[in-house]
Amino acid sequence: MSIFDIMGPIMIGPSSSHTAGAARIGRIARRLLGKCPARAELLLHGSFAATGEGHGTDKALVAGLLDMAPDDPRLPISFELAREAGMEVTVGRISLQDAHPNTALLRLSTASGETLEVRGASLGGGRVRIDAIDGLAAAFTGDLPTLIIRNQDRPGQVAEVARVLSHRQVNIATMQLYRDMRGGLAVMVIESDQPIWDTAIQELLALDGIVRVTYLNMTEV
Amino acid sequence: MAFHSVERLLSAARTQPLWEAVLNDDLEETGSDRDSSWSQMSRLWTAMKETQADYDPARRSSSGLAGGDGALLEGEGPGLCGDFFRTVIATALKAGECNACMRRIVASPTAGSSGVLPAVLIPLSRRDGLEDEIMVQALYVAAGFGQVIAARASIAGAEGGCQAEVGAASAMAAAALVHVMGGTPEAMAHAAALALANTLGLVCDPVGGLVEVPCIGRNVMGAVNALSCAEMALSGVKSRIPCDEVIDAMGEVGKLMPASLRETGHGGMAATPTARRLSDPGTE
Repeated sequence: MSIFDIMGPIMIGPSSSHTAGAARIGRIARRLLGKCPARAELLLHGSFAATGEGHGTDKALVAGLLDMAPDDPRLPISFELAREAGMEVTVGRISLQDAHPNTALLRLSTASGETLEVRGASLGGGRVRIDAIDGLAAAFTGDLPTLIIRNQDRPGQVAEVARVLSHRQVNIATMQLYRDMRGGLAVMVIESDQPIWDTAIQELLALDGIVRVTYLNMTEV
Repeated sequence: MAFHSVERLLSAARTQPLWEAVLNDDLEETGSDRDSSWSQMSRLWTAMKETQADYDPARRSSSGLAGGDGALLEGEGPGLCGDFFRTVIATALKAGECNACMRRIVASPTAGSSGVLPAVLIPLSRRDGLEDEIMVQALYVAAGFGQVIAARASIAGAEGGCQAEVGAASAMAAAALVHVMGGTPEAMAHAAALALANTLGLVCDPVGGLVEVPCIGRNVMGAVNALSCAEMALSGVKSRIPCDEVIDAMGEVGKLMPASLRETGHGGMAATPTARRLSDPGTE
């Protein structure tokens, strides 16, 4: 635990978990989608559903989807800004199994038809964890550059990806593997110590059996 | 390795100033470098001062329950508290109200307790014309004690009640004040222990589940408590129970607290008839 988990973050009030954490979940989802969503359905679970409105959880999630940082002073007027940006927002409640009490499920779609579903939990002090993408389990914080690779579940895929990354001098900090069923679709979540260049991502995409590669770098402007 | 006991923090402070021990330990823990750590902490200090400058007495929280009180403490008062004391109270109220009104604040350690450290440090730095450098050092001291409290007990109201938020902030602020006034690391530990002991058992009972009532007033209490405990420690008063044991006791008390008194908005102040009426949108 860093001392900056104790002191800070600089944030828009009133709650580090219900406001700052929610903004970060929204922003990670925005970066994963790669563009401003045209439609966003925000579903709040647990304490987010119970006390989220008074804490501006909905406003913070929308601010994040507009790529605002948790200390952006425009956070309280995010709904107006979303309307101006052409983002249609609906807010609802959901009851999830085995989810952290401060969880949001975001269903996003773009004007060109791309969709993304992100489930994120706010762990306290503004720290968050993404728990699922498109219904497949994951567990990453966005603190490090992160690759989310969807691939066919078959032998050799992990080795191929590791080979590309090592060739590009990328040191893998953590690696997680998930799948929905044997031989179906699988997800690799890779956190790295270095930023990953677009050329490496293109090389990964060219590999046989790789369905989709999403790159998340929250430090990038 | 982050500090898990005040005892270890004090032993690290035998060969270097305590604030520097906290800084160096964090660099080892995170792999960050000294300059970026220092500038990050400096940004927090600057942001605390900016929150005060941003205060607008006309602003109200969306519930309408918070706002405007900080301004009532400006100018000449009834003459009960001196100017310095009055400014401390005003600063805590303003920080708490800014937080409730969705303005930019510094969680220290949490958003709900974000008024305590600014309330004691900003008026002191202005009164004595102190350099930013010593105030940033004081934030490292506060972070060091906060880290131990988070590791041994909790800094979340949902886990330990308000004693874990305002109580922790008050202990951190008391230690920070001792640093600014040139006290020893031992005196910092005594100040933190005294401050935390005074807030033991404090429940988290926000009206309507909002970080407004009684949270903003408790920030004032945390600040005033920090000042008293720093004054005592700097005068040689010692906590009879070691700081680590007080922190452990706080953690234990938190575990014994019923859920209704841990940030659920169901007990204490939140359960009063007036609070129920205020938080029911049908009657508001």
